[in-house]
Amino acid sequence: MTTEMATLPAPPARYTKKDLVADHPTWCPGCGDFSILSTYFKLMEKLQVPHEKITSVAGIGCSSRFPYFVNAHGAHFLHGRGVPFATGISLTRPDLHVFMFGGDGDAFSIGGNHLDHAARKNIRMTYVIMDNQVYGLTKKQTSPTSPQGFRSKTDPTGNIDQPINPIKKVIAAGATFVARTHSHLPNHVAEMMERAIQHDGFSVIECLSECSEFYPAAFDGANPRKGGTFQLVPADHDVTDELAAYRLAMSPFPGYFGVFYQVQRPTKNALEAQLIADAQARVKNASPTELLTQTFERFK
Amino acid sequence: MNNGGLTNSREDAGAVAAARGNQVSDVVIRLAGNSQDGIQAIGGFLARLAGRTDKDVMTFMTIPATISGGPSIFQVRLGTGEVLSPGDDVDVLVAFYQHSYQDHLPTLREGGILLYDSDHVKPNHEEHRYRAIGVPITSRTVEAIGGTARDKGKNMFVLGLLARMYDLDVAKLETMLRAYYQGKSEDVVRNVLLAFNAGYSYNLSQTFSFTTSAVAIRGGQVVTDGNQAIAYGALAAGVRFGAAYPITPWTSIMEILRAELPKYGGIFVQAEDELAAVAMACGASYAGRVALTGSSGPGLSLKSEAIGWAVMAEIPLVIVDVQRGGPATGLPTNVEQSDLNIARYGSHGDCPRIVIAPCSVPDCFYTTIEAVNLARQYNVPVIVLSDQALATRVEAWPMPDFAKLVQELPLDLSPRGPDFRPYADTPDGIAQHAPPGTPMVDGKYPIVTGLEHDEYGHPANRPANHALMVAKRRRKLKVLEAKLPKPELYGPPEGDVLLIGWGSVRGVIQETVDRARAAGERVSAAHLRYLMPLQPGLKELMGGFQRVFVVELNDAGMYGYGQLAGILRASFCDPKIQGINKTDGLTFKTREILQIMREKIQTQLAPAAAGA
Ligand SMILES: Cc1ncc(C[n+]2csc(CCOP(=O)(O)OP(=O)(O)O)c2C)c(N)n1
Ligand code: SF4
Ligand SMILES: [Mg+2]
Repeated sequence: MTTEMATLPAPPARYTKKDLVADHPTWCPGCGDFSILSTYFKLMEKLQVPHEKITSVAGIGCSSRFPYFVNAHGAHFLHGRGVPFATGISLTRPDLHVFMFGGDGDAFSIGGNHLDHAARKNIRMTYVIMDNQVYGLTKKQTSPTSPQGFRSKTDPTGNIDQPINPIKKVIAAGATFVARTHSHLPNHVAEMMERAIQHDGFSVIECLSECSEFYPAAFDGANPRKGGTFQLVPADHDVTDELAAYRLAMSPFPGYFGVFYQVQRPTKNALEAQLIADAQARVKNASPTELLTQTFERFK
Repeated sequence: MNNGGLTNSREDAGAVAAARGNQVSDVVIRLAGNSQDGIQAIGGFLARLAGRTDKDVMTFMTIPATISGGPSIFQVRLGTGEVLSPGDDVDVLVAFYQHSYQDHLPTLREGGILLYDSDHVKPNHEEHRYRAIGVPITSRTVEAIGGTARDKGKNMFVLGLLARMYDLDVAKLETMLRAYYQGKSEDVVRNVLLAFNAGYSYNLSQTFSFTTSAVAIRGGQVVTDGNQAIAYGALAAGVRFGAAYPITPWTSIMEILRAELPKYGGIFVQAEDELAAVAMACGASYAGRVALTGSSGPGLSLKSEAIGWAVMAEIPLVIVDVQRGGPATGLPTNVEQSDLNIARYGSHGDCPRIVIAPCSVPDCFYTTIEAVNLARQYNVPVIVLSDQALATRVEAWPMPDFAKLVQELPLDLSPRGPDFRPYADTPDGIAQHAPPGTPMVDGKYPIVTGLEHDEYGHPANRPANHALMVAKRRRKLKVLEAKLPKPELYGPPEGDVLLIGWGSVRGVIQETVDRARAAGERVSAAHLRYLMPLQPGLKELMGGFQRVFVVELNDAGMYGYGQLAGILRASFCDPKIQGINKTDGLTFKTREILQIMREKIQTQLAPAAAGA
């Protein structure tokens, strides 16, 4: 895909995170998502991703309101379908930095199948899943990551279903960068996000993000300030070792934090670009008019 | 040893002499066999040959849903002059097996020809309604190819037989065969030609030749099916991104686009499902151009939520629906026009979009280009409503003028000025987007959303705002409606009966009008190409007729009229609008339309005189 270069005015001065602040978030006070948003601002400021190239996409949920709070291009699509929407952008616009934000229900329930396929195709984008283990926007129903026994409005006597293990799911599907972090530790969030952005491929971060309204204290067990233990992925963990990554992912809550898995595999973006280059070389860069005329001559 | 095909006692010498060299202007040939016999190939070559000479052509195909085994037919109508429909009755039935003979004999017209494989078929010799010609197709093919060959190649033998029977241009056919099988092993090409020549040199008792064309049809036409026309129409229109999931009869469009788009610098994604496909298309359109997705009924059902998003966000999108029988999995390989309602209304909320239905193979091509342009001009999803009959129909049509037609869809990333309001409440109501990558001069960037929003695109649920925005999204279709041409009228503007049709039934309706008028009935027809919004002038047009029948391949419903008829009744409050409907999964025959029309006229009270 070719992208015409816009005739830009003089290169803009460095922007600061103030330039990226849009509406004040409508999240509840104490919602874990705030810290992810401010980390994102800081990171963009640090990396100076060209302002007009930042594209934030989301599905539906509290966390999925993220794009409204970022003063950059963005889209608020449908519940569960943000990933394929972002895929359409990523594949057609190699010049953009595509970020996907959303919740656990959006990612693992209604959008579960899309997540698998974007992962295996290795679509270039960074996906931050704000996992609060509950449906926030619709006010406390069971989510696919809610632990067994969790009492919600749809499981008043406690959830009976086995939750999804997000890390195992995305590694199994073929994601090439898989990390886990905790919104109460902004420095760690920033580190994971930066490494994810720098990864050329489908990068997924599961970010435990407390829903102060419907599942308060859910992640205190991993928050040192609340007496929990924040256990980093062991320093000697080989991030290219898939089985080792599974073993880490299987340790019970609070589990490990850090990069579980990272490999380099060609992105679909790159493979499609190669397909285009090969096909155009085969037809000697014929124009659309020439190509169509040749094809229709054969239909005579 | 050739007995001239006289394997049937009724084939006396007199009849043969009388029939030889008969002049015909139009012939309908039905090939009936099993799906692995390659009978589509016969039809395809006949159609291509017709396109290269001065014959017009139309085909009709049913293929079983299973891959191999199971009966399959291909019908081809060749004519000098304009061919409008696949034809009511069959002139020549080629029966490969006993079941083909039994199942399809009723379609053979009185005095028609049954050409059967005498190795497999035992016809009823008492039957004198038709002329039977037995040819040992299987054994002759095996003999011709020789060696250990099995009966693969019967189709080429039959093609040779038909070439002889209708005095077709053999040199051209041979060239086409060589070109088609070029690249295959020499053995394959050799066997194809051996079988073809054996068929051609078989001494048939019955031969015809075509009259020269009354209507001049340009030679050098292209021959394609409707799905090819849609795929290449999209490429000509500048579509460079598409996404879809396979489903019959839509699939061949995505297969073509997947293979072709890279040459044009584009991408086609086989998505994990239709929900993802339409989402990817929405994403690519949001990113600045016009993306295409498509499916058949089941997939359109799945896409409907996202169609609503594109309506709300005012994002251009082209959705092709190749209709088949429904609901649910329905009849995957049959035709029906029963997706009109979902195309017009499918998705929750008030959800105006554009729906256009092509009526022929070339129209599939031009409609797709138009759909792309309407989508970008009005920033709205456009549904192209094709059907199984068009998808598999092979027609000869004039080479498009690509130098004039081919367009590029520009990506406008020029900086947008201050006070940029994507959803400004303008007179034409059409949104203006700044795709990602666009620098915003005042430093304020737009979020495109499926939530109701204000002029800036900010989510807004104020009551007055929703009313304003609903009206705005409706208004832009009113702007389009005013620009649409009046419906095409076939026949005089006044009479007793107006037949209204849409989509693939146009040709057969026009033939029906010809036959009815020849019988003295005052019948005309109107064709609706745009189904949302409707074309202006329809009310006045209907005013010229006593009765209006909407001819559609869908159910006559609870109250005796189908989907378009229901829409017209709701739009014009005119109870004289009635339906002529059919749900057997097959295309209309002129005879069927005439019969239902006449019955309805006889059994229904005459409509009250105008003004009463
Ligand atoms: C098709 C569809 N089904 C259901 C909904 C209602 N809905 C909106 S968000 C949501 C769940 C959100 O949970 P999650 O994705 O975990 O996000 P959170 O609010 O917790 O951040 C549901 C069920 C919807 N908008 N669309
Ligand atoms: S409901 Fe929960 S997830 Fe939603 S904003 Fe409030 S605290 Fe955050
Ligand atoms: Mg949640």
